[in-house]
Amino acid sequence: MDSLDRQRARGVAWRLIRHGLLSENFVLYLSIVSFAALYLFMPYIASGRNLANISSNMWPLLALVLGQMFVLILGGIDLSQTSIMALTSVVGGMLMTTQLNPTLFEKSPLWGILLSPEGSPISGTALAVPVGIVAMLTVGMLVGLLNGLAVAKFRMPAFMVTLVSMMFFSGLAIYLTKSENIMYLPGGFMMLGSGEIGPIPYSFFVVFALGVVAHIVLKHTVLGRWFFAVGKSIRTSVVSGVPTERVIILGYVFSGFCAAVASVLYSGRLGGGRPTLGQSLLLDVIGAAVIGGISLFGGKGKVLWALFGVLFFVLLSNALSMLALPFYAEPVVKGAVILVAALLDVARTRLMAREVLA
Amino acid sequence: MPELLLQFEGISKSFFGVHALQDIAFVLPKGHLLGLIGENGAGKSTLMNILGGVLQPDRGGMRLRGQDYSPRNPAEATEAGVAFIHQELNLFTNLSIADNLFIDRLPRFGKSPFINKRAARTRTRQLLESLNLALAPDTLVDRLTPGERQLVEIAKALSTGAEIIIFDEPTTSLTAGETERLFAIIQDLRRQGKSMVYISHNLGNVLELVDEIVVLRDGRVVDQGPRDDFTIDTMISRMVGRDISQIFPSRQSVPADETLLEVRGLSQPGIVKDIDLTLHKTEVLGLFGLMGSGRTELARILFGLEPFERGQIVIDGVVCDGVSVRDSIRRGMAFVTENRREEGLLMEATIVDNVGLVALPTFASAPPARLLRARGLRLAVTRVAECMRIKSGPVHRTLAKNLSGGNQQKVVIGKWLMSRPTIFIMDEPTRGIDVGAKYEVYSIINDLAARGAGILLISSELEELVGMCDRIVVMSKGEVQGAFERDEFDRERILQAAFKGHQAHQRGGQ
Repeated sequence: MDSLDRQRARGVAWRLIRHGLLSENFVLYLSIVSFAALYLFMPYIASGRNLANISSNMWPLLALVLGQMFVLILGGIDLSQTSIMALTSVVGGMLMTTQLNPTLFEKSPLWGILLSPEGSPISGTALAVPVGIVAMLTVGMLVGLLNGLAVAKFRMPAFMVTLVSMMFFSGLAIYLTKSENIMYLPGGFMMLGSGEIGPIPYSFFVVFALGVVAHIVLKHTVLGRWFFAVGKSIRTSVVSGVPTERVIILGYVFSGFCAAVASVLYSGRLGGGRPTLGQSLLLDVIGAAVIGGISLFGGKGKVLWALFGVLFFVLLSNALSMLALPFYAEPVVKGAVILVAALLDVARTRLMAREVLA
Repeated sequence: MPELLLQFEGISKSFFGVHALQDIAFVLPKGHLLGLIGENGAGKSTLMNILGGVLQPDRGGMRLRGQDYSPRNPAEATEAGVAFIHQELNLFTNLSIADNLFIDRLPRFGKSPFINKRAARTRTRQLLESLNLALAPDTLVDRLTPGERQLVEIAKALSTGAEIIIFDEPTTSLTAGETERLFAIIQDLRRQGKSMVYISHNLGNVLELVDEIVVLRDGRVVDQGPRDDFTIDTMISRMVGRDISQIFPSRQSVPADETLLEVRGLSQPGIVKDIDLTLHKTEVLGLFGLMGSGRTELARILFGLEPFERGQIVIDGVVCDGVSVRDSIRRGMAFVTENRREEGLLMEATIVDNVGLVALPTFASAPPARLLRARGLRLAVTRVAECMRIKSGPVHRTLAKNLSGGNQQKVVIGKWLMSRPTIFIMDEPTRGIDVGAKYEVYSIINDLAARGAGILLISSELEELVGMCDRIVVMSKGEVQGAFERDEFDRERILQAAFKGHQAHQRGGQ
């Protein structure tokens, strides 16, 4: 009797695990399980303050991952996202700042042309914030356009193209400011990155809107199907009349746009235009995307997967930083957890393959 | 009396009840060069696969130097001194010649793991010299011309101590000069006492080169004898001929006068030259040619995948000078490529995604939003799948890669049906699919023609074109060499036209 119960319980547990492994929401379950496990050891992880912290870390990263996802679906990669963040942060900062220290900025190539001790010509006006944001988004899309043109028209490998733009544009950002941070940004701008409505940060609404648009495009439009088709086989897509070049270019433009959105949020949160913004984020972006299940080989991706990947990644970073591990241990543990997640993914793929055969 | 090196003794082989080879018996004497000819599907490759240990015969056997020879795998065949020079070369282009020759047995320093590069180089140099090939052993294969690569393959065969060398279409990618050099080397090898089997569709070459000829048709040896007993005409007439009434459904339409597609003086240097072609409504027009004749290239130009320099493509009376794929589709063209896996299908996508791909915009709201009507799309795809009898699971869940070859091809054709085209270009639509599926594809072609479409059917199987077409245009060396109406279909004359450029070219090259 007792053993029968235990057997049944084991059957239920096994079925639950199997269901979890096979589910689309696998990474979400993984996040919940790890959160619960962490909660046992450090209950303060669920404190309101920490949850707010996790949430505010998630949204700008998700913006980046959403853009990266479009490029990954195409079978490409965008390494230049972080330098787009840096460049747009500097451009926005220059347009909006109300005060520049001449001793720091007089070596900037734009000093005397666009920049003065009072900032730019539009600084302090009502136009500063909207123009600044539009300029940031435009610059992001322009860099994306360059990437896209090089990949689509010249058939250059995405890795090389975006590696070059990563180096070039982060260099440009530093050159424009002579590596100084731009402070004194308007309050309205900073609100976007750091403001909240009740417990919910503004950044959530911005990225939520971005996510909804991305979801609709991928799931419910012709363009979305074209993205997956190009990622699965560009040659078949060409023969079938898919405007492959346009699709590829749009992918990189969207990735640049998302990087600019992330830049708006991060710059606002940090209260400055930084030529080094996002320098350490690149692997977080790609790591979160891949953990979420977006394939590096193209043809696979979902907005929800991006969300779950970001959730897991941010949770992990948060827990590690709270453990106050020695600085060398943190990347080791992070790597180990990612390794386990990757192993689980392999097990999952095998299980699915068997499921299909059965 | 020359020594009998290799004897085939009554070899038979069937696949799924179909006889691929029946009672094959002939001998290859030492130092002889034997030409093996036959149409595609006559059994040449099956026979050579048995010789090479890839396949085992159902009945019969082989004797090598009087001993029983029954290789169970390619390694045993190599061990016994049988080497193959394939049409598609099997070289590592990123490695040097020396590495390629000794890749599986690089000389080492004693039993150490370190490669004795000097020894490898020396032996490579000797082999290359024996072929009069002035190349450094360290040259990357990547840098070699197709002709030089062919010779490296031969050097590789010699390095394994091969006594019997099989050449399978060795000249398809060679220039006239390279071909000549290859032939000189083949003659050299013969003088050194090597025995060779030479397989080629280029009958002129065969006649020029070999000592003896064996003709295969439908898996049997239908003729064999010394070269002097054959002419190109007799070779062709021995290769062809069989009742084809059960393989092809009967045609239900005759070509109309109305022209759908007209090609005038189309040229692209090095690819095609002065092509004139007319495709009528309700017509199945065959395009025949050997590999490398330019037939596939022409199809790709017509569809807008490749550029052309001179000439005109006229569709429905409208001249198009520069065409793109999207233009072609808009003008009612469809293209079933010869390369189903790489260019026809999204292997990792569902049937819905595949069949829907071309006509996607028609299932969406107005641009720029273009929201998809997913239900309408799925219903339409389901209808096409039923109508074409695609055998599969649910169309929105079954992936293309899990379908059989025949069903995959139906998915490709179905994809085009969704956009209701009037001009179909089908390049080898029945390649690699079984007989039953072939019949279904032929029926679909018939049906399309009966409904008013024009079909340009490209095939390397003449039987297929004779069975299906109203007219056959023959290409060779990038040029149209002749056109035949259905009532004047004559396999010999069609084949002669297909070989025409080759012979002229050969004689001109000598």
